[in-house]
Amino acid sequence: MAEPLIQLEGITKTFGSGAAAFQALKGVDLAIDRGEFVAIMGPSGSGKSTTMNILGCLDVPTDGVFRFRGVEVQKLDRDQRSLLRRRYLGFVFQGFNLLARTTALENVELPLLYRGESKAVRRAAAMRALDQVGLVPWADHTPAELSGGQQQRVAIARALVTEPDVLLADEPTGNLDSERSIEIMELLRRLNADGITILMVTHEEEMAAFAKTIVRFRDGLVERIERGAPATEGSPA
Amino acid sequence: MLGTTILLALREIRRHILRSILTTLGIIIGVAAVVTMVTLGNGVTASVQEEISSLGASNFIIFPVRTNRGTIRPFDEADVRAVEQQIAGVQIAAGSVSANATAYFNGQDWDTKVEGGTNALLDAQSISISDGRPFARDEEAAGKSVCLLGLKVREAIFPPDSSPIGAQMRIGDVACQVIGVMEERGQGGGGADDDDVVFMPLKTVQRRFRGNDNLDYFVVKYDAAYAASVIQDSLVGLLRERRLLQGDEPNDFNVIDTAQVNQALGAVTGALTAMVAVIASISLLVGGIGIMNIMLVSVTERTREIGIRLAIGALAREVRLQFLTEAVVLCALGGLVGIALGFAASIGLAALIEVPFVFDPMINIVSFLFAAGMGIVFGYYPASRASKLDPIDALRHE
Repeated sequence: MAEPLIQLEGITKTFGSGAAAFQALKGVDLAIDRGEFVAIMGPSGSGKSTTMNILGCLDVPTDGVFRFRGVEVQKLDRDQRSLLRRRYLGFVFQGFNLLARTTALENVELPLLYRGESKAVRRAAAMRALDQVGLVPWADHTPAELSGGQQQRVAIARALVTEPDVLLADEPTGNLDSERSIEIMELLRRLNADGITILMVTHEEEMAAFAKTIVRFRDGLVERIERGAPATEGSPA
Repeated sequence: MLGTTILLALREIRRHILRSILTTLGIIIGVAAVVTMVTLGNGVTASVQEEISSLGASNFIIFPVRTNRGTIRPFDEADVRAVEQQIAGVQIAAGSVSANATAYFNGQDWDTKVEGGTNALLDAQSISISDGRPFARDEEAAGKSVCLLGLKVREAIFPPDSSPIGAQMRIGDVACQVIGVMEERGQGGGGADDDDVVFMPLKTVQRRFRGNDNLDYFVVKYDAAYAASVIQDSLVGLLRERRLLQGDEPNDFNVIDTAQVNQALGAVTGALTAMVAVIASISLLVGGIGIMNIMLVSVTERTREIGIRLAIGALAREVRLQFLTEAVVLCALGGLVGIALGFAASIGLAALIEVPFVFDPMINIVSFLFAAGMGIVFGYYPASRASKLDPIDALRHE
């Protein structure tokens, strides 16, 4: 079997120091293959968000090895991790995190701006990404003019526009009602079927059921990994 | 990338248009002050230099001064002739004498000054006659009653639509014939109006107005090929000799070099410019601190945006460049507005204080670059702070 796309070995993360130190991760081992759709679950404080930040190259572990595409991320500096994010990762957040007073199209173009793409290339790629999430008619609308579900789809388009290897979604349905949530999950499942690896943090079993694999965290450790075929729509695993 | 960053900065400024204007007010005022004062200063310098050159660029003016014994020994025509004939390099030496008098013509009267001199005096001071003719040889020699009008006198008592040449007028109780009008000379030293004068042959004024052969002062025009100091030394030596001054006696006369007057005026202008520079620097410093303050506010307000940019892969230096560009664009716009205001103010003020408007591209370019530079200086810290934000904290920022 080929080397996994993502590999965590003995990852620990401690915040603060001395008596106030808090160990959020206590030695996490996890391997994720290309094409996976992983839901990370667990109660608050279980370490799922910290793990997600490390997987997103936004944070570095205190100890342990994090290999992404064979590269040991914990050895990279801040700018090198930025370049890694720019090239291989796409982010979707619970709060959508779109730039206000900026059109959907411009929001989606943003990551390409940092890649130095020409305006024509940016526009074409952004329109393609908006098409993937079904928002072409809304390209010229600002976030304030879009519904929550639409904003999240713009955010997904922004994550897709660079054609990343991995899409990281942190509570992508946390701010949406159940109908919109299911639309978003179906969209993610379709994208996963097209080949993109998806890592998603959620606390809703209903949403986790869309994933192929569920990783459950407890007290800074991986408690259980549930693998299997994705469940049918809307039914808990 | 930079072009996009500038567009982005412009958009951000437009979003907070009032705040941007208020923020850049310090820079606008500072730049406008510098541009206005330097432009006006140039205008004053230009008009002063015009004035000086009307005295003659390489001239000495020699006049008697009161000694410590309390007496004044005036010069006379013999001194002037001696200087002209005995000192190498002297081209013209010509005396001047004047008196206050009232000019009358056709029932109008005008209090003015009558100055006595020769054609040579007019030449030495580069005064030309715009209408009519200079004195004839015999008019100078015999001290005839002919006169040249200063522009002010011509306008005051002569009808504007007909030539005054040939008219008979009266100055004090002396009747005289107008033979010409002198061209405009403008403000003289000490606030006197050089155009408010009636010019008559030296001998006429000495005889009819002063009743003696004394001179108030005389002008020496010398060949610019000679060193001014050499001529001045010979001049002082000759005059001391003629006035029988002993070795340790101080000069009872003064020699003014117009070139030195020019330099002195330049120094005064320089001091004024330096003062303006200090005031403008303070204004710009305050403006710069305003910029830094508003950029820090902007960074805090946009923490989440910075988080988003970092998360999608912006490098620290790209975030820094974005905010730095914003500060520079803001300051540069302030600089442009300041230059425009300064331009308008200098045109208006130059007209008001009657100095020429002298456009100096250099000060405009320098002011603009300085304003933009302020953006770098005062925008660097906020921009650098933005670039150092932790993406996770920034994304969580409410």
